[in-house]
Amino acid sequence: MSAALKLENLTKDFPVGKRMFGPPRGVVHAVRPVTLTVETGETLGIVGESGCGKSTLARMLVGLLSPTDGTIEIEGAALDNADPSEFGRKIQYVFQDPISSLNPRKTIRQVMEAPLKHLHSMPKARRRERIAEIFDAVNLREEFLDRYPHEFSGGQAQRIGIARALAAEARILILDEPVSALDVSVQAQVLNLLARLKAELGLTYLFISHDLAVVEAVSDRVAVLYFGAVVEVGRAEDVFRAPRHPYTKLLADSAPVVGRDLKAPEGRETELPDPLNPPTGCAFRARCPRAVDRCAAEDPPLMEMGSGQLAACFNPVPEGEAAK
Amino acid sequence: MTTLALIARNRLALWGGIVLILVILLALVTPWLPLYPPNATDPSIKNAWFGEEGHLLGTDHLGRDILSRLLWGTRVSLAIGFASAVIAAVLGAAIGIVAGYFGGRTDNILMRLIDLIMGFPYILLALAIVAALGPGLMNALIAVAAVNIPFFARNIRGVTVGIAHKEFVDAAKLAGMGHVRIILTEILPNVVPVIVVAASTTVGWMILETAGLSFLGLGSQPPDPDLGSMLGLAKDSLITDPHVSYPPGLMILIIVMSINLLGDGIRDALDPRLRSGALSRPAAATTVDRRGAAPAFRDEGILEMTDLSTEFRLKRRTYKAVGGVTLAVKPGECLGIIGESGSGKSVTALSVMGLVASPPGVITGGAVYVEGEDTVGMPYRQLRALRGDRVAYIFQDPLATLHPLFTVGDQLVEAIRVHHRVSDKEARAKALELLKQVRIPNAESRIDSYPHEMSGGMRQRVGIAMALANDPEVIIADEPTTALDVTVQAQILSLLSDLRRERGLAIVFITHDFGVVAQLCDRVAVMYAGRIVEEGSTSDILRSPAHPYTKRLIACVPELGEGKRALAAIPGLPPAVDRLPDGCHFADRCPKARDVCRQDDVALMGQGGRAVRCLFPEAEVPGAPEAVPGPPVEAEPITADRVEAAQ
Repeated sequence: MSAALKLENLTKDFPVGKRMFGPPRGVVHAVRPVTLTVETGETLGIVGESGCGKSTLARMLVGLLSPTDGTIEIEGAALDNADPSEFGRKIQYVFQDPISSLNPRKTIRQVMEAPLKHLHSMPKARRRERIAEIFDAVNLREEFLDRYPHEFSGGQAQRIGIARALAAEARILILDEPVSALDVSVQAQVLNLLARLKAELGLTYLFISHDLAVVEAVSDRVAVLYFGAVVEVGRAEDVFRAPRHPYTKLLADSAPVVGRDLKAPEGRETELPDPLNPPTGCAFRARCPRAVDRCAAEDPPLMEMGSGQLAACFNPVPEGEAAK
Repeated sequence: MTTLALIARNRLALWGGIVLILVILLALVTPWLPLYPPNATDPSIKNAWFGEEGHLLGTDHLGRDILSRLLWGTRVSLAIGFASAVIAAVLGAAIGIVAGYFGGRTDNILMRLIDLIMGFPYILLALAIVAALGPGLMNALIAVAAVNIPFFARNIRGVTVGIAHKEFVDAAKLAGMGHVRIILTEILPNVVPVIVVAASTTVGWMILETAGLSFLGLGSQPPDPDLGSMLGLAKDSLITDPHVSYPPGLMILIIVMSINLLGDGIRDALDPRLRSGALSRPAAATTVDRRGAAPAFRDEGILEMTDLSTEFRLKRRTYKAVGGVTLAVKPGECLGIIGESGSGKSVTALSVMGLVASPPGVITGGAVYVEGEDTVGMPYRQLRALRGDRVAYIFQDPLATLHPLFTVGDQLVEAIRVHHRVSDKEARAKALELLKQVRIPNAESRIDSYPHEMSGGMRQRVGIAMALANDPEVIIADEPTTALDVTVQAQILSLLSDLRRERGLAIVFITHDFGVVAQLCDRVAVMYAGRIVEEGSTSDILRSPAHPYTKRLIACVPELGEGKRALAAIPGLPPAVDRLPDGCHFADRCPKARDVCRQDDVALMGQGGRAVRCLFPEAEVPGAPEAVPGPPVEAEPITADRVEAAQ
């Protein structure tokens, strides 16, 4: 297998309190050095809570934000979006809010034609055929093409968003919370559609979500983000069943599960670290029940924990201690 | 409704439009009217009175026919006014869009230039431009257009910034579109309404400015008339022959008034916020239109709803959001209401205290007993005394429900003092105690924080403290943790659970998440298309769901710890509540629906708090029809025809 996506030390800082002259008042490290590889044909899930940098990371991958530092390789070549009509054929993005990702003043046909026209310079007749093919693939009826976005339900609009991404014929899709705006019954429809398309078209997914169960259900591997950095990576079936990083364990314990007693898994007063004034060493230290002295001094790197699982922790959860 | 019809609904705008069209028509046909030549002088009849010597509006100091000059002058003034509006709108919008779209340095430089223009008093700037270019109509036009560019540029920039960060613009970039194309095909169509509104409200102003320059002798040059220069000439004989100044003065008034009235109408019709009815204030309590008598009190709980029905009446359609809900909660009990969006769970909750916005909401039947008193149709004073005092709400987004300009302490104090006559100091002490009860760290300092200074989890704690402020008997929590992260959600849920035990609160907990229900609630009611389809104890429902909808809904939620897999989706969508099918509302999505399901309404059948609305339930429920277990719920690949059927 070859790497579809390769991120090396990818970093993004946002200046805060910009001034006309001179340096900004502060810097938020939205994404701290992240190194990840997504193999061709794989689904890599990315989970994390709000503000952990997962959307920033995704937007960098499709060139909507430029990284402060580090490199992105797409199918072996460095990310280069100088020519938008070239770049759009390699990687595409499916947005979280399906309605707002469609221009309210364009018909669905106009939305669908944009990638075919600008990325593939298709003639009109061919475009018509191709749109029909894609709509068939995502189970949408062709009569929808002459309607406007506000006439659709969330699930339909998200299928249109997926159809648009497919029209580009990119082999890599970045899915940024693609189902979190949908009702559960519709969510399952869209997830199954994504799984089928992947199998049929040999796609590679980077699937971002805050919902652990959803990520686990669709991913081959999962990376857990905390405070802008990857704290744990491993196979989907292992990461939440046998977490090694205390934060992953906290996440897994917090997810409401039928049949588990209600108990706040940590003290009720804890809050996330202040991004303007990050703590030294491990960012999770203040919330961590397993913190040791070394955690305050050094930021732990990702370390091999056995069976391909990596965790950034000096005092990982012992292997036998599964999530409650 | 079309834009034109919306404008016409505004009477003043309609009249403004009619008058303006008449004036424009008159100006257009002027060359063909049997008028005196506008510049023909006749010193023998100067300053003639209205109607004298065949001059309908008299003559000016050179004996020129005022009617003729008025119509020719109106032509000029209108043309210059509209031309300068178009020029200002096009240039201003172009600058605004470029600045707003590119942002950063481009934005900074362009906007500072605009600020520079705005730094001068506009009439001074116009004078300076005309002085530099020399007097003349064309130069006056340029000057008026130039001083109005900043107004457009700033307005349009603001709108563009909002649009440029929308996801569809990102999508266009990824579809291979360049900047120019994105601006022209994605941004511009969304900005045009704003440009039209801004232009329609400023044309009148520009006509006035042009008239002002002409009045000073810097616009139209003699002998050509325009309204401003006519007034300027008339002022010399204002004492002796004031009537000469009346026609141009009145014409300016008529034009500007009609344009402004029409402009207001256009703004109201195009502004999406106004269009959606933001100006119509909802009534203080939901309208009640109850047919028949109120159902009797059954004494089953501290909060008891019987056959509650709420509709939204919009023009020709009636949306039956809640179609006869019967529920009861006892003190210390937590009742979960679970359902998807549009199932009527929130409207049910809001109907309890008459909080559904009216119009369009109307409670059409049933009763809601709070401690034995029916709140449906209760006088507003009484209802208000109950709100927040006996029954309190916690909403999904505390940032939207807390006032951004007051500290959380002030808001808590207000909530307490609305219902209790206590001093400010006592109320503040109580507020502090509440914040401690909801476990806000450093409550002493946090009491003076503003909502935006707190994290989502902390804000929701304040929301809970607010609900607890008056020791209510019942708390209705509408998706209180949906906007929160899982770790914070776990904290808030355990807080609510503790409070319920400590204070014997009755909680109605509305959610779409089975995991949350399972952990917090004693009993659950499942809603679908405005009705309860199944109710019972949480463990019964989770262990053996009897309604096919419940069963499939539980199955399609992925659960942590089951690894990668396909999910059992429910095909199709819930029915629209303005055209509900006959019989069972779920029949179209149900794999085991039979003809009989689609004939008559299915009743909620059962006993002892366990009931199901199904003729062929999945599990045995006492008092309900015999169980007919359906096929096991399996993840099956989505096939085209199943999705088709749904749409």
